[in-house]
Amino acid sequence: MSLVTEASTQPAAAFRVTRSRRNVAWTGIAALVVVVVLALFPYIVYSGTTAILVQAFIVLTLASMWNLLAGYAGLVSVGQQGFVGLGAYFVLIFGLHGISPFDALPVAAIGCGVAALPLWWLVSRLRSGYFAIATWVLAATIMLFIERFSSIGGGSGMPLPGFTGYSSTLLTAYTYWAGLAVTVLALVAIYLLLRSRLGLVLTAIRDDEVAARSSGARVGLARMLVFVVAGIGCGAAGAVLAISQLQVQPSADFSVTWTAEMAFATIIGGLGTIEGPIIGTAVYMVLQQTLASYNAWYLIILGLVAILVALFARRGLWGLVDERLNVKLFPVGYWLRTANGDRRLGSRRQN
Amino acid sequence: MAWVNAIIQGVLTGGLYALFACGLSLMFGVMKVVNLAHGDLAVVAGYIAIGIITVTHVPALWSLLIVVPVMAVLGYALQRTLIQSALDRGVLTTLIVTLGLSMVIENGLLQFFTANTRGICAGCALVQDSFSIGSQIQVAWLLVVIFAVAVVVLLGLQYFLSMSKYGRLIRAVADDKEAAQLAGADYRHVFGIAAALALATVALGGVGYGMYSTLDPTAGTDTILLFAFAAVVIGGLGSLWGTLLGGVVLGVAQQIGAQINISDELLAGFIVFLAVLVVRPQGLTSRRAQS
Repeated sequence: MSLVTEASTQPAAAFRVTRSRRNVAWTGIAALVVVVVLALFPYIVYSGTTAILVQAFIVLTLASMWNLLAGYAGLVSVGQQGFVGLGAYFVLIFGLHGISPFDALPVAAIGCGVAALPLWWLVSRLRSGYFAIATWVLAATIMLFIERFSSIGGGSGMPLPGFTGYSSTLLTAYTYWAGLAVTVLALVAIYLLLRSRLGLVLTAIRDDEVAARSSGARVGLARMLVFVVAGIGCGAAGAVLAISQLQVQPSADFSVTWTAEMAFATIIGGLGTIEGPIIGTAVYMVLQQTLASYNAWYLIILGLVAILVALFARRGLWGLVDERLNVKLFPVGYWLRTANGDRRLGSRRQN
Repeated sequence: MAWVNAIIQGVLTGGLYALFACGLSLMFGVMKVVNLAHGDLAVVAGYIAIGIITVTHVPALWSLLIVVPVMAVLGYALQRTLIQSALDRGVLTTLIVTLGLSMVIENGLLQFFTANTRGICAGCALVQDSFSIGSQIQVAWLLVVIFAVAVVVLLGLQYFLSMSKYGRLIRAVADDKEAAQLAGADYRHVFGIAAALALATVALGGVGYGMYSTLDPTAGTDTILLFAFAAVVIGGLGSLWGTLLGGVVLGVAQQIGAQINISDELLAGFIVFLAVLVVRPQGLTSRRAQS
């Protein structure tokens, strides 16, 4: 606080407020290059590699959404698998009406966002742990409800229709691009969201909810928007999941393991930063790929690492990098540039 | 007659759900901890009981003499180490740590004991015997015993919390832990005692569930935790007898759902839970809304 008042008493020319200490353009160009190279992957690498990357895209999208929920809005949802499953089933339902899965993907994502509104109304009065398990019960209820309809596969699921026109090479490439597009859009959307006015409110909630409220931040509205955005993101990831698996299956699509994975990837990478989920997803994929032959071990290790990080390195792996090097790949905060040097504004981390 | 039967069965299973729920409610009431590993710890208790019975061949209920104290000690230890250090760092960390614990326990059980379902003492007289009321209603003795145990546990907890010295300490710490600390109570120790009590009831719930149904590594999160939570919310947060009421309402809703359509048992229970969330978010017994 003293920082702000101190700054405002100085003459205007002595300081400047910027988003980043370095030129953002370079990070932007680098990000663009990464995306273009990733987009060319289906021409370069084997389909096995792209299949693994599609999985990474799904986890990264989910983790980024969970980060928005838990890291910024303070909403620890254990029911995001409900949106993953809904997204998958929307693709199936549109497919049964003759719409190609790739065309159905954006509609399925929007559908999940619409569905998030009544669901938010149900759970919004609960806080912390009770919110967590209520969302879980919601996800279980949605699954049980969907299982009642045998026309969409009942309890055992069914293959997705509408893939007949695609050769297997083309299908792999399209699936990969769909996954990449969803992830890039999700990250860009979150970046822009956090730089907006709403982002300022969310950062304030992250740092101190009571203070944010008493400063006039509309915490409830911001939380609702985040819940809807996370619904859209998780729904899109679920749609990509269904397309990559070529089928839907209630117990797999609505599995609480999705939420565990997105939560642990976020926590290990660093909660409350955009970079965290990216690092966390990388760690997750490495663990999962190296330990895949040992069944459940990767989940055990992931859980243990998440506990250790939550207790002893609360800002996650990205936090450790940031503390030492002070880098920001996605500058969403503000810097005060004065003659004496740069200072970060509002640098208090989450509680 | 079928409906009367459904209601009787529902009320009795409500006792089992109350056993799941009272530990969750106690830990929330005293330490403001929502233990997401609650259900998995119940499954661990059931697995320990199965181990004891398989190795020593004692009658199933005797295993409780070991399982309940073991879980209580485990509860104290968990509270003093993992959960307390999470609590010191905030609500979010507590949720993350218990979610991690849940994942570790569930997948650990899966890894070491496979996904096979196991029953406790499936052939015992206690598990199989039943008596009939009229010609159409069959009531399992086991459910009656579990319901009675639930009532005794709740009475015992009520008595302990309102009458005993430790109960007073627990209530004092739950009201204001700093003030209790100033008055000479070590709140961390008291939290440990509360966690030990909670896990002792969890042990009863886990063993009861293993006899009533079957246990597998995922039962902790898929069934026990969700039912316990639903019972707590339906009954009213922080109320001991509310957990019994919530359990009974949940059990009756499930049995009536099953009566309408056999596959609607779980759905009916969750719909009643959501209906309570909409109509009375503070639960059926509580007067204050949870904020």
